[in-house]
This record gives sequence, C-alpha cells and structure tokens, in this order.
Amino acid sequence: MDAHASTADHTDHSHPTAGVYAKVGLILFVLTALEVGLYEITYGEHAGAFSVDIRPFFVPMLLLLSAAKFALVAMFYMHLKQDSKLFTGVFVFPLTIAAVIIFGLMILMAYHMSYARSG
Amino acid sequence: MTAVAHDVPHGLEHATSTGLDSRKLAIWTFIGSECMFFASLISNYLVHKGRSLVGPFPHEPWTSPSGEHFKPILEIPLVTLGTALLLFSSLFVVLALSGAQRGSRKALVGWLAATIACGIFFVGMQVYEFTHFVREGLKLSTNLFGASFYTLTGFHGTHVTIGVIWLITLWILALRGKIPPSKSLNLEMAALYWHFVDVVWIIIFPVVYLIK
Repeated sequence: MDAHASTADHTDHSHPTAGVYAKVGLILFVLTALEVGLYEITYGEHAGAFSVDIRPFFVPMLLLLSAAKFALVAMFYMHLKQDSKLFTGVFVFPLTIAAVIIFGLMILMAYHMSYARSG
Repeated sequence: MTAVAHDVPHGLEHATSTGLDSRKLAIWTFIGSECMFFASLISNYLVHKGRSLVGPFPHEPWTSPSGEHFKPILEIPLVTLGTALLLFSSLFVVLALSGAQRGSRKALVGWLAATIACGIFFVGMQVYEFTHFVREGLKLSTNLFGASFYTLTGFHGTHVTIGVIWLITLWILALRGKIPPSKSLNLEMAALYWHFVDVVWIIIFPVVYLIK
C-alpha cells in the first residue's frame, strides 16, 4: 500500500487550467505571426520598408522565436513544467544529441565544401 | 488492488520502481528517439540547402536551358495557415485532455473533434502542396531540394496522419463513453505524440519555408 501511495505522490501533479492553455495558445499564435511578419519585412513584398537592414538578424531572430514556441509547447502543453523531472530528462537528453547532430553535420559539411573549393 | 488503482491519478494501475506510469515513460522515450530521427532529416535538408544545380528552387525563380520559366515554388501563406491550425490543434487537444480528466464527455468529444479537423486540414494542405509541386516540375528526383524537402516534410506528414488516425480511434471511444477520467492517460499519451508532431513542425516551418 505504501508503495502505491508513494507512486501517487510522484505522479499527482496538477495540470494548468484551460485559461493558462488559452493564454499559451495566444502567445504561440502571436509568435508565429511575428515569424511570418519578420519574413515579410526582410524578404517578402514589404522588404526594405525599414531603413535599417535587418537581414543579418533574420535567422537568429527566427531561431529565437522557434525556440520560444518549442519551449512553451513542451513546458505547458506537454506538462514538463509540472510532471516528473525524469520525463524532462528522457526528452532533453536525446534533444541535446539531436541538436549536436544538426550543428555537427552543418559544420562538417561547411568545412568539406570550403576544403573542396580550395582544391 | 482495485481500490488502490482508483486512488492513484491518471489511470495508474501498477506500482513501478520509478513511481511513474510505465506507459507514459515509454511514450516519452519514444518521443526522445523521434527527436533524433527528425534531427537526421533536418540535418539532411540543411546540408543540401542551396546546393541544387537545377530548379525549381524554393525561393528563387529559375529558367531552364530550354527556356522554361519556373517561379519560386514555396507557398508561404497556405503553409502559415496550416502551421497556425497545427498550433491551435495542440491547444484543442490539451482542452480535450482537461475535459477527460474532469469527466466532461462533451468537452472531450468536442475539443477532440476540433483537433482531428485541424489535423485533417494540415494533411490536406500537404497533399495539395505536394501535388502542386509535382505539377510545377518538382519531383523527388528533380534536384537536392526536392529529395530533401519531400523526405523531411513527407515523414512529418506521415506522423501527422498517424496522429490523426490515433485521435480518431480515441474520439470514437470517447463517443461511446469509454474514456472515463481513470483512463485519461490513454488520451494523454496520444496528446504527447500530437504535441511532439507540432514542435517538430515549429522547427521545420522556419527552416524550410522562411530561412532563405
């Protein structure tokens, strides 16, 4: 019985309310609109609307917005903020490996291409 | 044992060494493995980005040696709508889960139906996009963009389709009243998978459609 009580203690984390879910949904929608808006003013029909050239900041800003959306979904909708830290570990560890794979391959290919070009 | 099973939340019926439901740990482990699967596909897309020798290209127009003119092939407004609906579907599925945990069958059935509708729209959008691209001259073997684009978005679309089928089966069970609060974990597992499909698209959308 104690084992079962202990089990309940580990899993009984209250999930957010519908209001919190709706607020997160609204933020996600706004962030997506910002992503598309950023594209429009950088490369779309409204490109050049600003006197400042924002192209160097386009990719970092887009990655930042995507990371924010990713974190919001994982924390609130996937309940990682409330659930056991073991779930966070099981998710974040392979996610870290995934990020390393992506950046590692990109660096490797960039090096390979520059090496090939230099002959 | 039965009494204990009713005491513990989320339909947990067995004591485990971690104190966590094994099914939930299993779905998280599966999601972890899927992270690496999609990382390989995204890497494949990124390392081949901008290396196609012939068009059609994603963001630039192209004229073939025979004088045929091709427009930039990606249609951002339609995909933005699909992205927004996929994000909303994540909201709808947590509201369905909240309804299931509260024992509100009406909320469960209604929000789950909305989630499924968004998922079907997304899959339909992707089917339209693929057929449109093929008509425009972009096939799997046309160039590096075609190969990496269809592989990445095709696998994601397959995951969305599997998610839609999973949610439809749960919706039918919910209609029959077979998802009481004690069995809400069945929906929570499908919801976790659905959110994962959503977060993968959160990465794919800017990488493929927005970054030139």
